[in-house]
Formats: sequence, C-alpha cells, structure tokens
Amino acid sequence: MSHRNRLPVIQDAPGEAVGAGTSRRDFLRNAAAGAVLAAVAGCKPEAVVEELQRRHLSELSPERLQSMLGKLEKKWSAKYGKEVTVSAKGPMPGVNFAYGLDLSRCIGCRRCVYACVKENNQSRKNPQIQWIRVLQMDKEHGVALQHATPYYDPEKVPEAGHFYMPVQCQQCRHPPCTKVCPVKATWKEPDGIVVIDYDWCIGCRCCTAACPYGARKFNWAEPNLPAAEMNPVTDYLGNRPRPMGVVEKCTFCLQRTRSGRYPACVEICPVGARKFGNLLDPESEIRQVMDRKRVFVFKEELATEPQFYFFYAT
Amino acid sequence: MAFGEFLQGAAKQVVTGGKAYKAWVALLVVMIGIGLVGYSRQWNQGLLATNMRDQVTWAFYIGNFTFLVGVAAAAVLLVVPAYVYHWKPIKEVVVLGELLAISALIMCMMFILVDMGRPDRLTHIMPGPGSPNWPQSMLSWDAMVLNLYLILNLVVVLHILYRAYRGKEYAKLFVVPLVLFSIPAAVGIHTVTAFLYAGMAARPYWNAGILAPKFIASAFCSGPAVMIILFQVLRKTTAIEIKDEAIWKVAELMAYAMFFNLFLLGAEIFKEYYSRTEHLLYTQYLWQGIGNNRALVPFAWFSLFCSVMATIIFVVPAGRRNWVTLNIGAVLIFAGVYIEKGMGLVIPGMTPDTLGEIYEYRPSAVEWMVAIGVFGVGALVFTTLVNVAVPIMTGTLRAKGAPVTPLGAEAGH
Repeated sequence: MSHRNRLPVIQDAPGEAVGAGTSRRDFLRNAAAGAVLAAVAGCKPEAVVEELQRRHLSELSPERLQSMLGKLEKKWSAKYGKEVTVSAKGPMPGVNFAYGLDLSRCIGCRRCVYACVKENNQSRKNPQIQWIRVLQMDKEHGVALQHATPYYDPEKVPEAGHFYMPVQCQQCRHPPCTKVCPVKATWKEPDGIVVIDYDWCIGCRCCTAACPYGARKFNWAEPNLPAAEMNPVTDYLGNRPRPMGVVEKCTFCLQRTRSGRYPACVEICPVGARKFGNLLDPESEIRQVMDRKRVFVFKEELATEPQFYFFYAT
Repeated sequence: MAFGEFLQGAAKQVVTGGKAYKAWVALLVVMIGIGLVGYSRQWNQGLLATNMRDQVTWAFYIGNFTFLVGVAAAAVLLVVPAYVYHWKPIKEVVVLGELLAISALIMCMMFILVDMGRPDRLTHIMPGPGSPNWPQSMLSWDAMVLNLYLILNLVVVLHILYRAYRGKEYAKLFVVPLVLFSIPAAVGIHTVTAFLYAGMAARPYWNAGILAPKFIASAFCSGPAVMIILFQVLRKTTAIEIKDEAIWKVAELMAYAMFFNLFLLGAEIFKEYYSRTEHLLYTQYLWQGIGNNRALVPFAWFSLFCSVMATIIFVVPAGRRNWVTLNIGAVLIFAGVYIEKGMGLVIPGMTPDTLGEIYEYRPSAVEWMVAIGVFGVGALVFTTLVNVAVPIMTGTLRAKGAPVTPLGAEAGH
C-alpha cells in the first residue's frame, strides 16, 4: 500500500526549475481543456492548465517533481517575503518512527499544541487549525471520552481531579483514513508516517470521517498564515503551506525527523512527557520506554495498531 | 440525420407548454438562482460558509445525497415487474421511473460536488488523468457505479423514446439485457453508498451490518412515493394513461417495504438500548438528546410519526386505494424517509465526535440556498424530460411520416 516505494526521492533541496517533459500534443490538449474550464470558472488559464497536467505524485518523474518544488519555492518566497525551501526528502531506510506519551507526566499546558502550530504552518484563525488536541479527563473515570473536554481554561494546570491526554495522528499501522481516500491522496510511508499530498486531495473528507482519533483537520477556508510567523523550512508532504479545501494532520514533523531532529512537540514539552524515536533502533528513546514501561494504544479495539503509545511512567 | 432530428424535436418540445408549465419552470429557475447565489458565496469563502466543522464533517449535503441515491435506486422497483414479469399496467410508466432516476442521480452528483473542498480537482477520481483508489475506497466505487447507473438509464430511456418517436417498438434484444443489468446496478448504488458509512469503524452508529438492508428498504419507500403522486398529476394534465392498478401495485410494494423498514429500525433500537454500551450515545443523541443538545430530537420523532402513519395507511388495502389517504401517506413516507436517511443518518454518526465532543450542527443559510438550487436543477431536469417523453409515449410527438401508435399499445405481451 505504500505508493511511496515507487516515488522519486529527492535528497537535496531542489534548485531551479527543470523543464517538465510534456509532449506538444499533451500541451495542446490540456491547453484547450484548460481554456474551456477557465472560461467556466473564471480563473487564470495557466493555473488551470497546470492543474490538469498534474498527475499523481507516484507518476511524476524526479525532474517533474523537482520543477514542481522549485515553482512552489518561488511562489511562497515571493508571497511570504523570505526564502522558503520545499524539500521532498522521503523516508530513510531502516527507520520506523514511533511515539510515546507519558500520561502521568503531562500537565495539560498545551505548549505542544502551539509549538506544533508554529512549526507546521497551521492556519492561525478563521479557521484555527491545531493538530494536537489535549483532552482533560476526570481521574475518577479514567480514559473515558464521555467525560473528556478539550475546552478547559483554568488559571493554572494541572487541576486537582484531572489528568490530561494529548491526541494527535496515531500513525496507524492499519490506517482507516488512507483506505477510504478515493484518489490515493494519502498513504503510509515506509518509515511509518501517514502523509497527505495537499495538492492532490479533493476535500471529500472521507478520511476525516474514518479517523477514530479526530486527527484530520480540514481547511474550511483559505488558511490564515501571517508572513512574519511563517516557518520557511518546509517539506512537500509535511509543513509547507496548504491550500483551501484540503485535509491536513500531524506528520511527526517529518521535515525535522527525517533529518534526525525531534518533532517540535517533543522538544517543547516542559515535563518530558513526550518520547520519540526509531523502533528499529534498540537504543532509541522509544525502545527504552517500551522495554521498561507498560504501554497501551488508544482505541485498541479498532485494530488500527497505532505507532503512538501511551504509558504511565510513575 | 435521424437522431439529430429527434433531438431537434425534443428541444422544441422542451419549450412547449401551457401557462402552468411555464410558471413551474419559472419557479425552478428562481430556485436555481438562489442556489447560484449561495454557491458563489461558498466558492469565495470556502466551506466555512456552511455550518460543517471538523467535528461534524459531513452534514446536510451528504444527507441529501444519501436520500437521493435511494430515490434513484427505487426506479428498479418499477422496472422489475414491468420487464421481468411483463406486467402490463406498470410497463407504460417505467420510462417515467427511469427519468426520475436520472434526475435523482444528477442531484446526487451535484450534492457531492458542492460538498467537495476542491471541486476543481474532480479529475483526480477518474481513471486516466486521476488515481481512483480501487478497490479499497468505497467513494471511488460509488463514483463509478453512480455514473454507470446514470448512463444505463439514459441509454435505455433514449432508446425507447427514440424508437417510439420513429413509430417503432424498442429493440428487445438490446433493452432487456440492459434492464436486467440495471436491477443489480440499482441495488449496487445503494449498497455501495451504505458501505461508505458502514465501513467506518470509527463511527459506531454507522458501523452496522443492518445499514445496507435498511438503505434498500427505505429507498423502496421514498422513491415510489414520488412516482405515485407524479402519476396522478400526469394523467390529469397529459394524455398519458396510467391505470389505477398500476398505482395500487406500486403502493402495495411500498407497504411491504415500509413495514420492513420499521422492523429494521426497531431491531436497531432494541440492540442499542438493551445492550447499553458506550455506542448507545449516538442513538440517544438522535432520540433523546444529550444534555441540552437536542437539535435532532423533534425531527427524529416527527420522522417516526410520519413513517408509522404512512405504514398504517399503506398496509390497510382500503387506505392505499383511497386517493386522499394514499396521497397523504405518500407525502408522510417521503418526509419520514427524508429525515431518517438524511440528517437522521449523517448527523448522529458524528455527534458526539470521535473524541467525545458534541458540536450541534444546523444547516447554515448558504447550505439551504445551495440545496434549494440543487433540487431546482433536479426538478427542472425531470420536468423537461417528462415534458418531452410524455407526448412521445402518447404518440402526439412523432417523426414526420412515422406511424402514430402509443408506446406499449403494441401486441405481444
């Protein structure tokens, strides 16, 4: 199911646009269709032609992909007034990422939520999009969603009688979201990360309906990303700016983690509740957690087999 | 060319009609205008103009879509006896059933289109330029079977009407296999649509084996209800002859479907309330509300009232033979199923959401406007198609020099 196995992988940040090998006939056909569409929709013909010439990511040649990334870099550098890089790094061999979250440590401060928003260029307001949702739970009920709320707002956390459970994409081994996608715009990569091609998504929201963890967020309007706050170091399948009308979600900060860095939420957590690493590396943090602690996964009855583990360290 | 002449004749017929016809078409055009205003607002603002949010990610549009798939599938109810058993009284009106299916399918596709975040990327779902996710994604299957069913109905209807226009009986060897195929196709469109929901383990309210049978049962209630009223209108306003027995036969078939639909509903409610697991919440939200969140409760009970009343009327033979009670029953069951299969299916599936949050959804003004527009388009398509088909079927619209024999009047059955 990992279409990414057939994907052109580009290791370095792409440079200038390389000619995209389209035949003349293809061009004429697409141009004619594009002109008709543009006349109907009242948009710029070049944009429509480009849209029509686009094929699924797995069908793009490395040159074509590179030229596409180059164009995006140019477009966003101009739009945000800074040098934006868009990589398409691809998974590293011998890596399978997993996450650990220590429920006994989490204090519900939501610093992870905002670090994530900042790192991953989410829309700030109208619509406000956050990939991490911290649920406040009652100690007397345990992990019970009927008694959970994400809308707690006390002076100080943690509050007596409560504990906190942050939820984000669980990077399932059997992702229900990729299965339902009608256009293969989302898939699981060999390193365990479920990704979305935001430029292929049609916005039908089947995946949002299928996800048991509320992890998938839809761009209900044009994303609102102030230029000053824009993080210019991006990956095509990760934190690059998204268009209106498509779905997005946590990618384990693949633009960082595929270069050996921690996800932003792990880095910011003030109590060290968040652990991250390579499952295939016996020395990794996540393997240490799994060897020494008892872990569980969220909604295990659905057999999604998350690569996101919860545990109680103390 | 002969077919070109047929199209010309049909086009002329589209604009031919009395005052009532023109007033009706004008009303539909106004509805479409309202829809366009609504959709242009949505186009500019994005789906934020609706009241859908991440918690309730599908709503009014998808509810209407689901309901209309049922209406489209119900054409099969008329096709089966007409073609398979050569049951004469219904045969004359099968064309009308297929025209209804065509109009319903067009509305279905429009409701999907207006619900899409990126309708400009529609080609991504097509084989060739796109990458349909077969066989895994139910929506990619749904897109395929809906289009197939639309083409099937178009071909059959066009063939029958064209032959009648030329004064000839339709080609049996061509039509019968297609019609036989359209029976599993009709069941197919509704089953695949049910699977779209039933396959989602994240939504316990939908994740039930009973869903597909329930879809079929309720489709056999709502689709024919439209036909029953339409038949009466047409035989009053046009020269078309529709026998009482034909209408009563349809009503009888509906009675079985309604009873079965209520039985399935009862079976579901028993299972939820008796076992009382955490999955009860969604059913509870629909029928009782959760805390102060009771948006759907009056609709749920109104829908149940409509369905029960209609079933009583239709199950009693005297009830379905009396024109007044028959029409009341048809309206009641249409309303009942519209709520049950629309909002009553989609919204509780997502309330509470997967993390337990309750977001009370009500359609926004833009959603109402767009839906009015889509129904306007569907009704306009249906009206013009019927306006062309009826004179051909009665023999008043004919090619020059073609023998004037009404459709279905030929010997042979």
